[in-house]
Amino acid sequence: MTEPRPEPTPEPARAVAIDLADGEWHRVHPLSPLLRGGLVLLAVLGVIIANLRERAVDVFIVIFAPDLRGYSPQGGDPMSDIVERGYLGIGVLAVGGVLLVLLGIFWLMWRMHTFRITNEAVEVRKGVLFRTHRSARLDRIQGINVSRPLFPRVLGTAKLDVSVAGQSGNVELAYLKSRLADQLRAQILRLASGARAASTGPAAEPEPHAEVPQADAGADADAEPRAATEAPVDGAGLRHRASLLVSQRADEFLAPELDADLAPPESVVHLSIGRVIGSTVLGVPMVLLVAAVALISWGVATDRLWVLFSFVPALIGIVGYGWSRVTKSLRYSIAGTPDGVRIGHGLLATSNQTIPPGRVHAIRVSQSAIWRIFGWWMVRINVAGQSVSSSGDAAQRTLVLPVGSAVDVARVIDLLAPESAADLDPVLTAAFTGRGGDGGLTPAPARARWAHPLSVRRVGAGLIGGTVLIRSGWFVRDLTLVPLARMQSVCMTSGPVRRRLRLASMRLHTVAGPVVANIPAIDADDARDLFERIASEAVERAATDTSHHWGTR
Amino acid sequence: MSDPNELDDAWRRVSPKYIMVEVIGSLISMVIFAGAAFVVYFVFSQMWALWVGIAIVVISVVSIAFEPRRVRSIRYRLRADDLVYRRGIMFFREVAVPYGRMQLVDINRGPVARALGLAELKFVTAAAATGVTLPGLADADAEALRDELVVLAESRRAGL
Repeated sequence: MTEPRPEPTPEPARAVAIDLADGEWHRVHPLSPLLRGGLVLLAVLGVIIANLRERAVDVFIVIFAPDLRGYSPQGGDPMSDIVERGYLGIGVLAVGGVLLVLLGIFWLMWRMHTFRITNEAVEVRKGVLFRTHRSARLDRIQGINVSRPLFPRVLGTAKLDVSVAGQSGNVELAYLKSRLADQLRAQILRLASGARAASTGPAAEPEPHAEVPQADAGADADAEPRAATEAPVDGAGLRHRASLLVSQRADEFLAPELDADLAPPESVVHLSIGRVIGSTVLGVPMVLLVAAVALISWGVATDRLWVLFSFVPALIGIVGYGWSRVTKSLRYSIAGTPDGVRIGHGLLATSNQTIPPGRVHAIRVSQSAIWRIFGWWMVRINVAGQSVSSSGDAAQRTLVLPVGSAVDVARVIDLLAPESAADLDPVLTAAFTGRGGDGGLTPAPARARWAHPLSVRRVGAGLIGGTVLIRSGWFVRDLTLVPLARMQSVCMTSGPVRRRLRLASMRLHTVAGPVVANIPAIDADDARDLFERIASEAVERAATDTSHHWGTR
Repeated sequence: MSDPNELDDAWRRVSPKYIMVEVIGSLISMVIFAGAAFVVYFVFSQMWALWVGIAIVVISVVSIAFEPRRVRSIRYRLRADDLVYRRGIMFFREVAVPYGRMQLVDINRGPVARALGLAELKFVTAAAATGVTLPGLADADAEALRDELVVLAESRRAGL
């Protein structure tokens, strides 16, 4: 009570900075219902405008060609019917009534959507008719994604997606103010890391928002002293705040995806536009595209027009897929932060995903035959919480590096598997492009060519630094890494053919995802030996691994 | 003293009565499918249905003949830190699962198994492909094994 009151700006700011994660129920941004599904409103407006077209044409004709004033439309559109019959007033009332009802519904949806962050869980309550209450335990969080589609981004809001290790979906905090979303992500990660003190660390860096109304006058995260600009006198202050708002929106729109409030992590890779477009064009979609175009032109040329019905939609689909791949890979950045690997991408609609430490279950590095000329590789991972039918969003979450050189891939593997990075580094080049026993891996014996004629020379498997490396594939080169601390079980199988050849195949089971860790063929004795070593080391590593509680180290 | 489930690190088998469960299951499905095929043949006079029916009968008889050996090949072993399970004669499969990876233990009893006093224990991890199912355990053994696995898993709990 008697302590001198510090300058007003940081004190209430620190209060707001902790506020969202204080275990109380909070509401989301008021515009959320509109952003989440307010297309209904736009559809209503669209219908009205379409019906007004004759009226609009009339008005414009009168303006630009006054001597055509007597021109009357042929009628038949509802608007002119309504006007002619004098029902205009009722029409306006009806439309106004519908809009009011919609606004009422939106307001109700906004009121019913609340969320709460406690020390143990993230909880979301929403729904008007069918209320749902979803909660996610903090120590089961597998990743956090801050995404900004185009329209919400213009309005300065963002969506926070918390993915958990289950298959029934994520906890979504849809639409929060952009700054608050980033801050909240940092706080959730801090709490999930096991560190009890949420107020230490960069998350509580003074955000100079005093209260919500002034939040719009908020600022760059380089906190220059805000006291001067925070005390607006009303008249000039309003204009000043408006200009600050515009410049803040412009900043957010143009800002790169890695937000700057943590000590800015340097992105480990840089994907140039040429590489992104080139890699998409030179992939499977391009081959399909060429085939589809060829088929369509042949069909049209030989007058078989049914081709248009079957292949034009396919063409549209392929082009759409290629387009989305390219736009999702623009401005790609991957960086390591104390709270995990942060992956940002996107140009107009951005997304920023954080994978906390200890959540990567398997890594696959692959290269198709066409990319071999350019030396490009792609990295995919398994994280818990991917449903079997991967929709576009979920599939994006498992793609860490859409295209990169071997050096980029080595850096990304260092980020994804930091505990074994030191042991893996010297072996990686041999593991990517080597054959057989290169890099200290156990090769497949020559007699395996009866089972795998093309890839037998490339198959190799080994246990290095607590990670299992499996190299396989001839047409599409593959290297799979499974950290043993995350492996669920190991399986060895052999059918009658392989038993004859004294071979076995092995598989390491991890959580469901695009990466399958499979050793296609290996000598039976080597297999038995590797099986025992993997089983015992997996137990050891699982017992000593604490990377999922990284804050308590 | 002769607790069948103590950790003596030896290969344990499942009860031979499980052969009966499998045989009855195969017989029932053979009767249904071959019956449908023969009905099609006799009523609608489709020649191919006869061959399909005969093929189904032959395959079922052969697999029933191999059933005893197959059931005898199902073994499991409780080691110090993991559970090892193997099965199969032609298509051999061996799986090692650390105790700490256990998410659930399920005990299921089908109608025939219940009549014979057997149960099936399923060890569920976070990977659906693990698929460790121990069929044909006596009821009491299944319950005891489940309790023991739960205790072992708790003592070795690891993160996901």
